[in-house]
Amino acid sequence: MQVQALTGGFDDAPRAAAIAFRAMLEAMARPGRIFDIAGAAPPAPLSVAAGTALLVLADGTTPVHLAGGHDTADLRDWITFHTGAPLCGRAEASFAVGGWQALLPLDDWRIGQPDYPDRSATLIVEMAALVPAGARLTGPGIETEHRLGLPEVAGFRANAALFPLGLDFLFTAGARIAALPRTTKVEAG
Amino acid sequence: MTETEQYNFAYLDEQTKRMIRRTLLKALAIPGYQVPFASREMPMPYGWGTGGVQVTAAVLTPADSLKVIDQGADDTTNAVSIRKFFEKTAGVATTTRTGEASVIQTRHRIPEAPLGEGQILVYQVPIPEPLRFLEPRETETRKMHALEEYGLMHVKLYEDIARHGEIATAYAYPVRVEGRYVMDPSPIPKFDNPKMEMAAIQLFGAGREQRIYALPPYSRVVSLDFEDHPFEATKADHPCALCGAEGSYLDEVIVDDAGGRMFVCSDTDFCAGRRAAGHVGKEGGA
Repeated sequence: MQVQALTGGFDDAPRAAAIAFRAMLEAMARPGRIFDIAGAAPPAPLSVAAGTALLVLADGTTPVHLAGGHDTADLRDWITFHTGAPLCGRAEASFAVGGWQALLPLDDWRIGQPDYPDRSATLIVEMAALVPAGARLTGPGIETEHRLGLPEVAGFRANAALFPLGLDFLFTAGARIAALPRTTKVEAG
Repeated sequence: MTETEQYNFAYLDEQTKRMIRRTLLKALAIPGYQVPFASREMPMPYGWGTGGVQVTAAVLTPADSLKVIDQGADDTTNAVSIRKFFEKTAGVATTTRTGEASVIQTRHRIPEAPLGEGQILVYQVPIPEPLRFLEPRETETRKMHALEEYGLMHVKLYEDIARHGEIATAYAYPVRVEGRYVMDPSPIPKFDNPKMEMAAIQLFGAGREQRIYALPPYSRVVSLDFEDHPFEATKADHPCALCGAEGSYLDEVIVDDAGGRMFVCSDTDFCAGRRAAGHVGKEGGA
């Protein structure tokens, strides 16, 4: 294990996690709106936002999958040291992190059961940038419409059609985060 | 070391907060669905808002301003003790002004003043399952939610009409969220039901029953009813005796041994604000 794995956590865990979580709560409650989030300093290629989200949410009870280029030794060590989350295959993951292409196909992930729709995976999608333009989002949490640049539309529409089952998404770029729960209707912008 | 520094921020340990935070995000993703969570023992008895306190502890940040109300009032035992609890364990600012609060924990009321973006309303919930009194088995009610089988609830409301001539349910009036899950709004008066379509985030915590659920802002929340017996948000047909408000929810207060009574706003901050602005009801003078 490199020294790098031991650094990059929260300076003041209770307060930093509380502030970061508030941004995530607002993001999930207002799909498509972009919020600032910071606190973690993870090794590349994990973004600050994705690293912070994992520190806030992941622990020994939540298997994490590192997809594609995110499956590096540095990152495995960092997540293991800071969260204690077991690293796992796609079918068991509570959280998965990676680029959009690496996370496909979406039917690899847990979508919950009819009596426990909450037992589904949350995918943390690393983006080059988050832009408030593009796909048109409507649904719970959105007064009229929000706009967010998404990697595609069809996958999110198919996911929304599974409601109340389905996946929930966090989009991260740098120190910014947005969310797309399964309830949001997505139309091409 | 000050007393506040002797506690982890907001009392709960980080492992517990992570678990509650994961639950809250799933609850927002599935509006109205009751997500199970591993509720902790809190330093207060069940029924005193242990669920609400855990949710509040998981969402509070150091910059927050917290308001706690019990039946609309800031000055009742439950509200005062929970407010003091977070002053001591989180060191956050507290307020009684609805407009200045960023997090409001409530027992059985929604404030009269409309809530806006940036505010979070946390409800204390005693029995989160709206079907519980119709079907006591959790295994069955869980199946009924999965299958969207809510006929029994309509039968219950129909029996109200058959017996009383109207839907007699006056509080904890069941709602349907986004056309899918039937949800218990906690024991708020049905007068408050229409306010649930709001710009703020609404989170519901049931400690003893170990359930958390949520409403994202602007969610469609429809009170169950029938075409020929539409839902009606009722209140006592009086103005507030202290501030003269016509449209606020009222408490009936017995004032003597001869049957004398007065009706006053249940939302104390709303009433005080109106009186400060010069509104006076018929018993509000001096």
